[in-house]
Amino acid sequence: MAARSYNLRVYPGFRAVTLLCLFVLYAPLVVVTIYSFNASQSITNWEGVSLRWYADVFTGPESEKFKLAARNSFVIALIAASVATTIATLAATAIIRGGRFRLRTWSFGLISLPLMVPEIVTAVATLIFFNAIGFDRGLLTILLAHIAFCIPFAYLPISARMQGIEASYEQAAQDLYATRRQAFTRVLLPLMMPGIISGFILAFIVSLDDFIITNFVKGAGVETLPTAIFGAVKQGIKPNIMAISTMLLGVSVVMVALSWLISRRDNTK
Amino acid sequence: MAGGGTAGGGPRTDTYAPVRLWLLLPAWVSLTILVLAPVSMMLVYSFLTKEFRGGVIWEFSLSAYDQFFCNRGLFGDEPCSIEWTYLLIFWRSIWQAGAATLLSLAIGFPTAYFIATRPARQRALWVFLITIPYWVNLLIRTVSMKFLLRDQGPLNDALLGLGILSEPLSIVNTNLAVQLGLFYSYLPFMVLPIYAAVERYNFSLSEAAADLYAPRWVILRRIVIPAVKPGIVAGCILVFVPSLGSFLAPDLLGGAKTFMIGSLIEEQFKGNAGNWPFGAAASMILLTMVLILLLIFARQQARAGNG
Repeated sequence: MAARSYNLRVYPGFRAVTLLCLFVLYAPLVVVTIYSFNASQSITNWEGVSLRWYADVFTGPESEKFKLAARNSFVIALIAASVATTIATLAATAIIRGGRFRLRTWSFGLISLPLMVPEIVTAVATLIFFNAIGFDRGLLTILLAHIAFCIPFAYLPISARMQGIEASYEQAAQDLYATRRQAFTRVLLPLMMPGIISGFILAFIVSLDDFIITNFVKGAGVETLPTAIFGAVKQGIKPNIMAISTMLLGVSVVMVALSWLISRRDNTK
Repeated sequence: MAGGGTAGGGPRTDTYAPVRLWLLLPAWVSLTILVLAPVSMMLVYSFLTKEFRGGVIWEFSLSAYDQFFCNRGLFGDEPCSIEWTYLLIFWRSIWQAGAATLLSLAIGFPTAYFIATRPARQRALWVFLITIPYWVNLLIRTVSMKFLLRDQGPLNDALLGLGILSEPLSIVNTNLAVQLGLFYSYLPFMVLPIYAAVERYNFSLSEAAADLYAPRWVILRRIVIPAVKPGIVAGCILVFVPSLGSFLAPDLLGGAKTFMIGSLIEEQFKGNAGNWPFGAAASMILLTMVLILLLIFARQQARAGNG
């Protein structure tokens, strides 16, 4: 065999493209974060570091609007993620630990459906549906719509986790006369916790982030953070929007990092 | 999407078989009411008559589809000739989404390949770095992109400062801005499936080709790329599909000349000026296109899995 002077796995330039890729992904976020600390009234000139726009978000003329929107967003995300995580955990138990049955593939397809239908189509369909059954638009319609599209995001880490847990744990429990319910609550659920928490966090972020569906199903005057930000941005990008964006960005990054760390923890050993 | 149509592998056990239908009930009820029923209702609405203040009159009508495909002249009484307005908007959306997909592939493939060939311990961290931006609010990412690309924005400042440009580039409100926005929105979707495919690729195939004196770029083109093609196709679908119906990137980064399907649909439901049956019909046409794409994709993946 001829000795090769190069490593077959390595292609010149691929490392540079990867670094470019990371640069492209992070540059806009870093720039907005930096400019959110700008002391200037204008978004173009840099006049030194200041927290004035963060103060403006909490005490400025638009602060009431943003606080209310933030409260709506967090309450909806909390409830939607809790409900979606519960539904997804039960469904994953049936699909991964319920043997083979005809509805199995169909159920998995149904759960993935919100990922396949384009968001704008889901938004239109949900609006039409609430209109057809005479359901007034408001916080409740937003919540219901969010539960639906949060289910697949909660399901994916939960089912991945459940695939990784040996059946022998519950079988051992049942051999020792645990009922099926006890095997579920005392053995499977604790082992599942990292997956469930990570599913909950992803569902929470997805709900917190949604703009398109919320924009369609929210009633007049009801705002969540993304719809309030969108409304403000339509008037032009202002420094206080960059401060809000940076805070929301921080919440997402911290939660994803948390989810990642938790899902890597292996408590079956 | 993970695991294709096989529900993510076979079942682990049948411990919960006696109660499995009860466990699935909440998912079936909620998704039937909140996804299946709404989409069916949308199909019904697309065949109803429009009410002028928004909403519909419950009277069967083909006028929404007629308006989409047929040009009947100024007074609406001529025989049907092809209406180009909406087909053009769909065509532009396909073109924009396609350009964004190619751009993502050009950056995403080398990135995915590079990450998959790192030592196992480093890979998780690289993948994590690629996925973080996806979890940041899409609206915020699009606004950030607009801020960066503005005529007086940091990008132009930097290029002018370095003396690369003598006057600022006007990117916002062009097709390029929308393509960059779409590319930026969905780039992680391109990297992840290709990464998964390259990670499973058996590098002894490359070794064998090299032993037969194949140059490395030929190995890439004739051995590696065909072997990871399912991952590449998956990545392209995952970028193309959401780009096609996207609303934020064309709305915030584009102008009147970059009008796409998402904006067309959104307009029909805004305020009292819209046409609900027409919006429902346009959504149905978009949904049909996407489902056909996904079907082709599923069959292609199934064939790749068997082959």
